Amino acid sequence: MDIIEELKNKHQIEVLKVNTRQADESYLTVKLEDFIPTCLVLHKIFRSRVAMMFAEDKRAAHAGYRINTAFYAAEEGHWYYVCLDIPATSPAFPSLAKEIYSASLFEREIWEMFGILPEGSPDLRRLRLHEEVWPEGAFPMRKDFALPALPAKTSRNYVFIKGEGEGMFEVPVGPVHAGIIGPGHFRFSVAGEPIINLELRLGFTHRGVEKIMEGKKLPEALCLSECVSGDTAFAHSLAFCLAAEKIQGLVPPPRAILLRAIFLELERLYNHVNDIGGIALDVGFTFAAAFASVMKEKMLQLNDKLSGSRYLKGINLIGGVAKDIDLPSAKRLNDALKALAADLDELERILFSSASFMDRVDSTGILRKTTAEDIGVTGLAARASGLNFDLRANLPHYRLVGFSPILQQAGDVLARLKLRLLEFKQSTELIAHFTKQLSPGSLVAIPGSSTEGFGLGAVEGWRGPVLYWLKLDREGKVERCKIVDASFRNWQGLSFAVQGEIIPDFPLCNKSFDLSYAGNDL
Amino acid sequence: MAMFNILKNRLFKGIVDLPQGELRPELDVLGKELKRVIDRRLKGSLHIREVDTGSCGACESEIIATTNPIYDIQRFGVDFVASPKHADALLVTGPISRNMLIALQKTYAAMPGEKFVIALGDCALNGGLFKDSYYALGGVDKVLKVDLRIPGCPPSPITIIKHLLAFLA
Repeated sequence: MDIIEELKNKHQIEVLKVNTRQADESYLTVKLEDFIPTCLVLHKIFRSRVAMMFAEDKRAAHAGYRINTAFYAAEEGHWYYVCLDIPATSPAFPSLAKEIYSASLFEREIWEMFGILPEGSPDLRRLRLHEEVWPEGAFPMRKDFALPALPAKTSRNYVFIKGEGEGMFEVPVGPVHAGIIGPGHFRFSVAGEPIINLELRLGFTHRGVEKIMEGKKLPEALCLSECVSGDTAFAHSLAFCLAAEKIQGLVPPPRAILLRAIFLELERLYNHVNDIGGIALDVGFTFAAAFASVMKEKMLQLNDKLSGSRYLKGINLIGGVAKDIDLPSAKRLNDALKALAADLDELERILFSSASFMDRVDSTGILRKTTAEDIGVTGLAARASGLNFDLRANLPHYRLVGFSPILQQAGDVLARLKLRLLEFKQSTELIAHFTKQLSPGSLVAIPGSSTEGFGLGAVEGWRGPVLYWLKLDREGKVERCKIVDASFRNWQGLSFAVQGEIIPDFPLCNKSFDLSYAGNDL
Repeated sequence: MAMFNILKNRLFKGIVDLPQGELRPELDVLGKELKRVIDRRLKGSLHIREVDTGSCGACESEIIATTNPIYDIQRFGVDFVASPKHADALLVTGPISRNMLIALQKTYAAMPGEKFVIALGDCALNGGLFKDSYYALGGVDKVLKVDLRIPGCPPSPITIIKHLLAFLA
């Protein structure tokens, strides 16, 4: 492997062990002192931010803890993991966040959930286990975790980054917001009108998903994956299935692969139109908002007719899908989508012909390309800032129909709006292509015997990549399941995008990202 | 120009306030009945404050759907309000994440006078898939007295309307 040679010859880094059991994943185990240098080399070669970083508790096998740091080589569609084994007696590792900022949130997560200290980290504040209700020293993701005496709190308070100076003041918002929406706390530091800093304190919908996953059999765990983020139920369950299938060596039949792609695009459609309406609503353009909400409802009803679920639940199975789309249904689907695409054109005309609407969205909430890249923003928000990230670009069935990611350069609310409008059209066309290619065949691969192992399932959901890193034990039960929703990093993108804007534009900026509270909080 | 496009749409499309296909007669009957009950028991309006205590977001999506022009629950006298001080009912989703306990109690306390609590979705009913979690208290009735339970994962807009009607009638 070139990369091993390059590490050895050019950087004098000896990789202790290489695991390439999965075709598109390489696990490179390195020594403690080589951890940061190796990460930096991969970061530079592949121009990859830290795609995910997570710990495993392997103390039961007398192997201490392991930290896996993943980088994605987009061109070859390959995932590289830098693996670091840490003795159970001294749970600590050198902080990568000082070198690569996109590791920061992951390190905070590892610290609060596993009690493994990223030494020298600039920020160790908790993300999800709030100081007001959870004591110190209780690390839920450790295998020997026992529920502490509760209610309990720490002696420390969560410290917000505070803007100081003449005329500066803070505006706290949430966790309960005005609308029907998830909870989160937003702390604005403002100087007069403009926002100097926005700090997001999330975690209010933390439910301990990753811990509940552990010990579950695959079908139960699959059900759970559909409830991690309700508006991304299909992408989450698909990512889970892909990981499980990879471990078991299952290849879903071609018909199932196409059906999955169709449902994935249907999920993108209803959410994109929801957000287009949301953006209109947040500037008070109620006609357009109502128009979009009718379109969304039609799409949910369409989902229901096709799959028996408005939110596309219960479709994915390990090895394939449970729901088919027959010829007449495919025709009805495409007819309905054609009508909806015409509706969307109408909606676009209504929005873009309103000068006051355009005035609100144009050059509002700009997320600069370099910022997006540095902090690790992914998916739709990254593409709206000109970053070419889309996991679908490497999939054969997408390539076959000439798929290429749509990009916008401006990075403002308008760019994110335009991207949704364009992706909506692209998705309806993709579905038309995919339904045409459906050839008769089975829906589910014949299940293999459950085997142990680990692997990654990655899906480009409508917000961006949904990653499930799964490890199964000898009985085929979940030993570790690391979940990363695109929201996890994109929330930070929002806090940068609103800098310099005024608070009344915050809802608009927020909606243009439309991130998941539940998918972030897990 | 925007106004022209809106008017054009209005002329060609007509009013989109009726549910699609098979839902239509059912919703009309339900809605009339709901309106009658709300007129009689709540002097014409039911104001609801929603609090998410750890929902995945699907329940929120369905609650919002009840207000879209197809269901348009407002025409039956039901509305969702921003402040708990304006609310007759507290609508709770999610399995009660520990982080939301204080906020939930404060929201309830801020509501005036005669009030009732609705638990919506399987998580809010008993913790659902998260009932064994270290971080979920497992159901609204662990914290507040629940008056109406609406099961489902998530319950559809029609289910929500039916349960509201059955409870108020």
